[in-house]
Amino acid sequence: MSRSIRRIGIVLIFLMIALLVNISFIQVFQGDKFRSQADNKRVLLEEYVRERGPILVDSEPIARSVDTGGELKYERVYPEGPMYVSATGFYSILYGATGLERTENDVLSGSSDLFFFDRIDQLISGRKPKGGAVTTTLNPVAQKVAWQGIKGTIGAVVAIEPATGRILALVQSPSFDPNKLSTHDTEAMRIYYNDLLNDPSEPMLNRPLVTTNPPGSTFKVVTAAAALESGRFTPSSLVPGPAVYDLPGSTKTLRNWTGADCGPKGMVTLIEALAQSCNTAFAWMGNELGADALRAQAERFGFDKAFEVPLRASTSEFPANPDEPLTAYSAIGQYDVRATALQMAMVAAGVGNGGIVMNPYLVQEIRGPDLAILKTFEPTEYGRALTPEHATQLQDMMVAVVDHGTATTLQGIMDANGNPVRVGAKTGTAQTSPDRPPVAWMIAMAPANNPTVAVAVMIQSPGEAEVSGNAIAGPVARSVLEAILQQ
Amino acid sequence: MTMTEPGFRHTVRLTQPTRRLLELFLIVCGWGLGVLGTLQVGWTTGEPLGQRFWITAAVVGALAVVAHLVVRWRIPYADPFLLPVATTLTIIGLVMIYRLDVAAAQSAERRNETPSTPDVYAQLTWYAVATVLFLAVVFLIRDHRRLQRYTYTCGLFGILLLILPLLPIIGSTVNGATLWVHVGSFTFQPGEAAKILLTIFFAGYLVMTRDSLAVVRTKFLGVGLPRARDLGPILVAWAVSLGVLVFQKDLGTSLLFFGLFVAMLFIATQRRVWLGLGAVLFAVGAVGSYFAFSHVRVRVQIWIDPFAYAQDAGYQIVQGLYGFANGGLFGTGLGNGYPQLVPFANTDFIVAALGEELGLTGLFAIILLYGVLIERGLRTAVAVRDPFGQLLAAGLSITMALQVFVIIGGVTRLIPLTGLTTPFLSYGGSSLVANWIIVGLLMVMSHRARQPVAVQHSEPDALTQVVPITRAK
Repeated sequence: MSRSIRRIGIVLIFLMIALLVNISFIQVFQGDKFRSQADNKRVLLEEYVRERGPILVDSEPIARSVDTGGELKYERVYPEGPMYVSATGFYSILYGATGLERTENDVLSGSSDLFFFDRIDQLISGRKPKGGAVTTTLNPVAQKVAWQGIKGTIGAVVAIEPATGRILALVQSPSFDPNKLSTHDTEAMRIYYNDLLNDPSEPMLNRPLVTTNPPGSTFKVVTAAAALESGRFTPSSLVPGPAVYDLPGSTKTLRNWTGADCGPKGMVTLIEALAQSCNTAFAWMGNELGADALRAQAERFGFDKAFEVPLRASTSEFPANPDEPLTAYSAIGQYDVRATALQMAMVAAGVGNGGIVMNPYLVQEIRGPDLAILKTFEPTEYGRALTPEHATQLQDMMVAVVDHGTATTLQGIMDANGNPVRVGAKTGTAQTSPDRPPVAWMIAMAPANNPTVAVAVMIQSPGEAEVSGNAIAGPVARSVLEAILQQ
Repeated sequence: MTMTEPGFRHTVRLTQPTRRLLELFLIVCGWGLGVLGTLQVGWTTGEPLGQRFWITAAVVGALAVVAHLVVRWRIPYADPFLLPVATTLTIIGLVMIYRLDVAAAQSAERRNETPSTPDVYAQLTWYAVATVLFLAVVFLIRDHRRLQRYTYTCGLFGILLLILPLLPIIGSTVNGATLWVHVGSFTFQPGEAAKILLTIFFAGYLVMTRDSLAVVRTKFLGVGLPRARDLGPILVAWAVSLGVLVFQKDLGTSLLFFGLFVAMLFIATQRRVWLGLGAVLFAVGAVGSYFAFSHVRVRVQIWIDPFAYAQDAGYQIVQGLYGFANGGLFGTGLGNGYPQLVPFANTDFIVAALGEELGLTGLFAIILLYGVLIERGLRTAVAVRDPFGQLLAAGLSITMALQVFVIIGGVTRLIPLTGLTTPFLSYGGSSLVANWIIVGLLMVMSHRARQPVAVQHSEPDALTQVVPITRAK
C-alpha cells in the first residue's frame, strides 16, 4: 500500500503545484489586467487612501487633502476656490485631473522616483505612502489682485519675473470652484460639471495658457524689435505715419484708429509711433521688413513653440505666407497672428530682461512627504530676442507709451518706499470676428530698465477701439505691477 | 501486506528522537508571527490593540503550549511538524479574521452604525474547543486500531450527519447550500464531522474488502474491470455524492467525498482501474449535473467568464480576483488592502484576503504549510504498521489536501467555485474543530508508528520507518 500512497502523494503534489502556478498567474501576470477593470473599486480606494501632497504658494497650500473619515479617506480641498484654478486644475473621482494636479501627479500621489527612500521606508514599516508637495512660483498678492481685477470678465492675466521666467500670476476668468469637482458627492459633482460644460463662457478653459487671440497693437513691440534688430532703424528714425496707408498690391486701405496723421506731414519717429500706437507706421514697417523678418523676431520671443510650464500652453502663431497687405495687418497684430497671454507676457519680459527670453515655469520646488526639498527648478534661457542695446532702446520706447502715449493708466506707479517707478507698456485691441467682442490687451513691465515683473492682461470685452486696452486691461495690469513692486 | 522492500536490513531500534523541542520552537515561531502580524494590523489601521490583544496572545500561546505539553507527555514520538503547522495556520487565520473585524468596525463607524460583534473572539473560543477535542483524541484514542471496530457505526453516523441539514426544523439553507444544522442557538456544519467519520468507515470497509475488490475478472475492450458485484461500493459512494450535490446543492462536499473514496479505493487495491472508473463516473456525474441542475450550470458559467457576471453571481469571485491582483508579489501588507470588499472574506474567501495583504509570497508560504501538513500525514500513513491505520492516515491527509485544492482552486478560478471552508484558516467552528481532530488522529498514529518497538520482523511494512540509532536527549 505504501507505493500507492506515494503515488497518491505525487498526485496531491501536482494539485498543490497547480494552485501555486495559478496563483502566480493571477497575482503577477494578470494583475495589471484586473487592476485596469472599470469596476475595480480598489484602484480608486487605493488612490484616495493616500494623503495626496499639497500644492503650495509660498508655504500656504492652495490644494491639500483632508481626512474625511469616509470610505474614500482623503478629499481634495482648494482653500482659495476659483482663484488658483489655472495653476492647480482639479482632481476628481469622475473626471480625472487637470492642471498641476495632473502634470505633478507622480509627486503629489507619492509615486515619483524622487521618493525612492521614502518608499523603502514605507515598505518596511507597512505604512501608507504619502504624497510629496509641489511649491509653485506664484506670488499670492499678485495672484489675488489679478483675480480680483478680472473676476466677472472674460479674460486672463499672466505675470512673469523677467530675469527668471518664474510665473508670478496665472489667472483665468470666468473660473470655477475646483472643490465642487473634488467632492466625493458624485451626484452633485456631475451636475456641476455638466453646468460648466454647457456654460457658453467656457469657465473650464485655461485662458492664460490655452486661449489664443490676435495680440493687436501689443504685437507692435515685436515689430519694433524687428525694426531695431534690422539695424536700419533707431527709436528716433522718422517713418511714414499717414492717416491712411494704402496697402501695397491691393485697393484696400488701413487707417489709424485716431483717423489722423501720426505726426507732422505724415512722418513720425519710431518711438512716437509706438507711444501713439500708430497703425500706419507699423503697417509700413511690416512691409519694409518683410514677413520673414517679423516671423523670425516673433519666434525669438517664443512664437510657434508650445511651452510646458509644466502645463502645456498653446502655440502662439505668426501666419505662414502672408502677402503684402496681410503682412501689414500682421505687423500690427491683426489678421492671423495669434498669441496666448503667456506669450505676450514673455514679450514684455524678454524686452525688460535685456533681450533674453526665459522659459516660463510654474513649479519652484518638489518636496518629499516630510517636506524636505528634493528638487529645485532653476531658471533656463529660451534664447536672445534682442541685443542688449536694442532691448534698452525698446524699453525706453515702452516707457514712452506710459509717459505720454496710450497706456496712461500705468502712470504714477510707486514702489514700496513711495518712489516713482518707470513703467514700460503697450496697449492693444484686437478684433477677432465681427460677432465677437474685441480683445483688450495690456502688456507691461517695471521698473523699466531692470524689471522685476512683466505682465500681460487680456480681456475680451466690448469697448472703444484702442482706448479699451488702456481703460479695461490697464487697471488690472497696474494692480499686478503694484503688487510686485510694493513688496 | 503484499509488498516488501527487497534487500533491506532489519534493525532493532532502541530509541527514537522525539524532536519535541523542535516542535516547541516551531510553535513559538508561529505564535511570534501572529503577534507581529496583529501588531502590524494595529499599526497600519490605527486601531488601538490594548490589553485585549495581549490577553488574546497569551490565551493562544497557552493553548498551543498546553497542546505541546500533553503531546510530550502522552504521545512523545508523534510527528513534530503536525502540531506547529496546524497551530501556525490557525494563528494566521485568527490574525486575518481580526484584521477583517477591524475593517468591519471602521466601516460601521464611518456609517455611524453599531459595529457587528467581532468574529475573532468566537474563533478564539472555537480554537480552545478544538484544542480540547484534539487533546481528547490524544487521551482517548491511544490506539487507532480500536476505531476499526466502529467501522459501520462511523459509516452510519457519517451518512446521518450528511443528511441532517435536510431534516426539517434543524436544517437550514445558507447562501443556497443546505449545510447547516441548528440546535437552539447552536449551529454547525455536520459535513465537517461526517468527513472524519466517513474516512474511518472507508478505511475500515476497504481493509475488509480490498482483497476481493482487487480481483480483476471481466475484460472489457481490453481493460480489466472489477467484477460487477464489486462495483457496488463505488456506485454507492457516487450516488451519495450526487445526492449531496442534488439535495444540498453542495458541490464542494460532493466532490470531496467522491475524490476521497476513489483515492482510498486505489490505495487499498492498488488497481488503477478504480481511478479510471472514478474518473469516468465523475465525468458522467459532472456533465449530467451540468445539464440537469441550474446551480451547477451557473457555477460553471461564472468560472468560464466571471466578468460577465461581475455585478451579480460572479461578484464575489471577481472581487476576490481584484484582491489577488492588488496584492501582487509582496502584498499590500496587513491592514493596507481592501479584503473586506470581498463577500465572506473571512470564510470561503479568506485566501483572497491573505493573497491581497500577504501577496504571492505569503500565499506560497501558506500553501507550503499545507503541503508540509499533507506530506507529514502521508508519511505517517506509510509509517503506520497496520493496513487500517495506513488507509486512515492516508484518507485523512487526502481529505485535507482535496479540501485545500477545491477551495483555493475555486477562489483562484482554477476550477469552478464550490463552497468549502479553508482548513484552519476560515472562520467557523465546525471546520476548525474537525481539522484539529484530524491532526490529533494523525499524531496518535505517527506516535505509534515512530514508537520504538523491539521486534520488527513480523511487520515488514514498518521498514520504511527505520531510522539510524540515536539516543534522544
